[in-house]
Amino acid sequence: MLLVPCPNCGPRNAADMRYVGESGPRPDPNTATPAQWRDYLYTERNPAGLLRETWYCRSGCRTFFVVERDTTNNQFVHGPTRVTKLGGKA
Amino acid sequence: MTRNRRLAPQIGEVINRSAPLGFTWNGKPLTGFVGDTIASALVANDVRVVSRSMKYHRPRGYMTNDFWDPNAFMQVGDDPNVRSAHRLLEGGMAIEAQNVWPSLDRDIKAANGLVKRFLSAGFYYKTFIRPQTLWPAYEKVLATFAPGGTVDLDTPHGYYDKRYAHPDVVVAGGGPAGMAAAIAAAQSGAQVMLVEHAHVLGGHLRWGSIADRALADELAAEVHGAGVEVLTDSTVTGRYDDNWTAIVQRSHPIAIERLIKARAKTLVVAAGLIERPYVFAGNDKPGVMTSGAVRRFVNVHSVRPGERAVVFSANADGDAAAADLERVGIRVARVVDARAGENVIEAHGNSRSVESVELADGSTVDCDLLVTAVGWTAPTSLLNMAGDRPSYHEQSARFFGSASIDDVLTTGGIAGDGSIDQLVEHGRLTGRLAAARAAVIGHQLQAATARAVEPANAEPAWPTDDRAPLDRHAHPELFRSSTHGIVDFSEDVSSKDLVSAANEGYDSVELLKRFTTATMGPAQGKLETVNTVAVLAEARGETIEQVGTTVWRPPYAPITLGALGGRVFEPVRVSSIQPWHEAHGATPILAGQWVRPEHYGDPMAEVRNTRTNVGVIDVTPLGKLDLRGPDVPKLLNQLYTNKWSKLAVGAVRYGLMCAEDGVVLDDGVTARLSDDHYMMTTTSSGAGSIWEWAESWLQTEHPDWRVHVTPVTTGFTSINVAGPKSRDLMQRLVTDIDLSPDSFSYMQVRSGTIADVAGCFMWRIGFTGELSYELHVPAGYGLHVWKRLLAEGVDLGVQPFGLEAQRIMRLEKGHFIVGQDTDGLTKAPTTGLANLIKLDKVDFAGKAELAWALDDDTAPVLVSLQPTDPRLVPDEACQIVRAGTNEILGRITSSLMSPTLNRSICLGQVLPHVAAAGTELTVVLVDGRRATARVMEHHAHYDPEGERLRV
Repeated sequence: MLLVPCPNCGPRNAADMRYVGESGPRPDPNTATPAQWRDYLYTERNPAGLLRETWYCRSGCRTFFVVERDTTNNQFVHGPTRVTKLGGKA
Repeated sequence: MTRNRRLAPQIGEVINRSAPLGFTWNGKPLTGFVGDTIASALVANDVRVVSRSMKYHRPRGYMTNDFWDPNAFMQVGDDPNVRSAHRLLEGGMAIEAQNVWPSLDRDIKAANGLVKRFLSAGFYYKTFIRPQTLWPAYEKVLATFAPGGTVDLDTPHGYYDKRYAHPDVVVAGGGPAGMAAAIAAAQSGAQVMLVEHAHVLGGHLRWGSIADRALADELAAEVHGAGVEVLTDSTVTGRYDDNWTAIVQRSHPIAIERLIKARAKTLVVAAGLIERPYVFAGNDKPGVMTSGAVRRFVNVHSVRPGERAVVFSANADGDAAAADLERVGIRVARVVDARAGENVIEAHGNSRSVESVELADGSTVDCDLLVTAVGWTAPTSLLNMAGDRPSYHEQSARFFGSASIDDVLTTGGIAGDGSIDQLVEHGRLTGRLAAARAAVIGHQLQAATARAVEPANAEPAWPTDDRAPLDRHAHPELFRSSTHGIVDFSEDVSSKDLVSAANEGYDSVELLKRFTTATMGPAQGKLETVNTVAVLAEARGETIEQVGTTVWRPPYAPITLGALGGRVFEPVRVSSIQPWHEAHGATPILAGQWVRPEHYGDPMAEVRNTRTNVGVIDVTPLGKLDLRGPDVPKLLNQLYTNKWSKLAVGAVRYGLMCAEDGVVLDDGVTARLSDDHYMMTTTSSGAGSIWEWAESWLQTEHPDWRVHVTPVTTGFTSINVAGPKSRDLMQRLVTDIDLSPDSFSYMQVRSGTIADVAGCFMWRIGFTGELSYELHVPAGYGLHVWKRLLAEGVDLGVQPFGLEAQRIMRLEKGHFIVGQDTDGLTKAPTTGLANLIKLDKVDFAGKAELAWALDDDTAPVLVSLQPTDPRLVPDEACQIVRAGTNEILGRITSSLMSPTLNRSICLGQVLPHVAAAGTELTVVLVDGRRATARVMEHHAHYDPEGERLRV
């Protein structure tokens, strides 16, 4: 099981966390087209390589945080950071 | 005629001859000793045929005499598939052969051997594929031929357990190198877990010479002295990301089996080597054994596996087996030396035993025991799981790990060859390195934790691996003789099957494996992988290196489902009133994590009493979030579809929440208690997720908003007091709140003292449709307030009511329940609350989708329905169809008998063109009959104007 680096609690079991999803900006709901909005809702880029993603430290400090993970070897390369404006997808 | 095959007492044997144990074998009473395995006890009693093979039902005897022996599976009492060469004998065991009918000696399924043509490689796919209509018949016949024991459905549930551990170093394998590694790591200050597959530490030293066994005892004593945690009869079954290891502990004082989830900082793989069987004609006859099997029988358990042996030896272990046999007086008729080019061609024999062996030099030697020592399989399973892809080393005829992994180290036979002293020395160096690396990794983990104490010392330097690698001794490549024989003993796959499958085009090892099922049986490749690869290489005319090997996946050893399930850690939540409910005959119901009263005997009477007098219900599971701060209205506007900016202090408002896809997420009311203080309620099941939902908006999109969200669901006990006499009752308990309708009207909230308990608040809302007050009192006083309500209201007819009565009353009022009357596709307009969607707000969750949804005239509509037959209560989820057809128009979502209206009432989702009031719809009942139901004008079946709750 992955150890996910929470900015407060340190590396913790992935089961202590909730995987929120890939990080990205939330479109303006007043101007987004249906295609843009549904891309935000449903499309995952799922790259083989670096991925910016959001986790929620559910069983710990309850912080939402962003990390960058290499999906080819599960190494966390950047973060964690408490970056905001991720998109409210949850 | 049965003879006693127990040897005279000898030094080093593990059996206690003064402690006999009685057991039965296929009903026949036999005796063994404490310390015996089932296998050694059976062999001591002259049992040679112990099972029948899976496909051809060929007679089989013990072959490897260890955990992986493919012929050793037995039924012990109600326990199927017991590995009898591993499981220790216990007094009173009822042991039976599996996969035989009518008996082990006369197995009529052996006729399968005669129809072998149909049971060749891939026979499942080829034989039973058509005609497809016959598959049920095929399946029935095949099921009776399925191997495996019998599961007793009456077996009581046993106790299994789970444990979480965070050792510095996990050592997989308790042989000489593994023990040395554990000792050295512990002496370096690491916290160490040593996991050994067998019942005692020692590895191959246990069946070695007297000196070997003395050294095993010495090392084991040192292990215990060093403070290492030793887990015997346990296996590291898997290694996952970041050295998360799964350890199955089969022997535990309390649990039948326990799964240990150990997060190791470093993992030392000292899994040793597994002896390979040899492929030749007749290689599965009873009496053909590996050298290790023979040495375990003779040296450990003092039994004679035969009387006259031929030993086919390619290494020192084969020679040692021959010497052991001679030492205990078993005649060695011939040592066939593979290193001198000698070879075994075929074993001949009868249904009970091998009788002679034909050699490459043309001679035939009589024997009842054929010992093979042809080399080793490296169990690289844990290395595979760490990402390594082992490669073949031709000179030593086995696979080795090829990657260098920071936190996974190897030692012992899996890493190379050497004298015992050299293996021990390599183990010690490995243990020291593992401990040093664990110290660095531990330091990094601590440093990455923000609130931890700053590590006093600087991070130690990363220790490089300066161990001198172990040698790789030369070993002849021996996989198959000039004849064909069994490769996978548990699946009955022969080398001939593999060659024909390769010729059919299944010439990649991963394809071959799945097509023939070779390596897919209970032995899981431990015995047969390398031979499978070698036969394929031969068929393809390539080298083993070119063919490659299959990837070993977890689990390395089987785990029971009980251990995977483990102990249930799910907490059960109860309100502070629960003891009263139990004492007053409440029927409990599990709702999410909560145990709640479903009713107190008669839910219909509870409804009638609440509608005429006054009822009280415990609604503590209702989610409650305390919201404080100047920006709470902004948060409410973001979460709910409707507007919150102008909610006055003392007012309560209903709101609907949607997800970003417009689907209904939750609903509830929120009250403004003071300027910056609000109380939000959610559905009981949404209590946890809505808290996260609110946090996600505050932390990610709007970190500038000043709001604190605190869950207080269990901080308050919540009681709804409902019914026309509820105000009369409340007036007897409240002194500091004016309850007159003009002062405290519908959808208002007041704080104050209830039944002498300060710090309570109450609001006038109603799920039941009656005049009602929802009280929220500090949890410690919940039971007190509940009792006072019941005591003060005796003359008013106060009675408790449960969840069932509440469900009836809410359906009478046509209120939908999120998750029951809505589902994962139900967008807000379907619920009929389109007027609560305020598109003129700048933003709210789901706004974009809801804007489009409001224009969608094809979405289903939630309507109230009444069946034409007032006695008929259609089951929930019954389909609504177009009359005379099966065209689905909707479904019933809620359906109950109303004691108030004395008729059945429903809610349902239907397509918009049949949603108009008065439409007659056809409902398909569970038994296929059809009934009609009429769409009602209002959602509420009762008091649609809401006059009763506004009084």
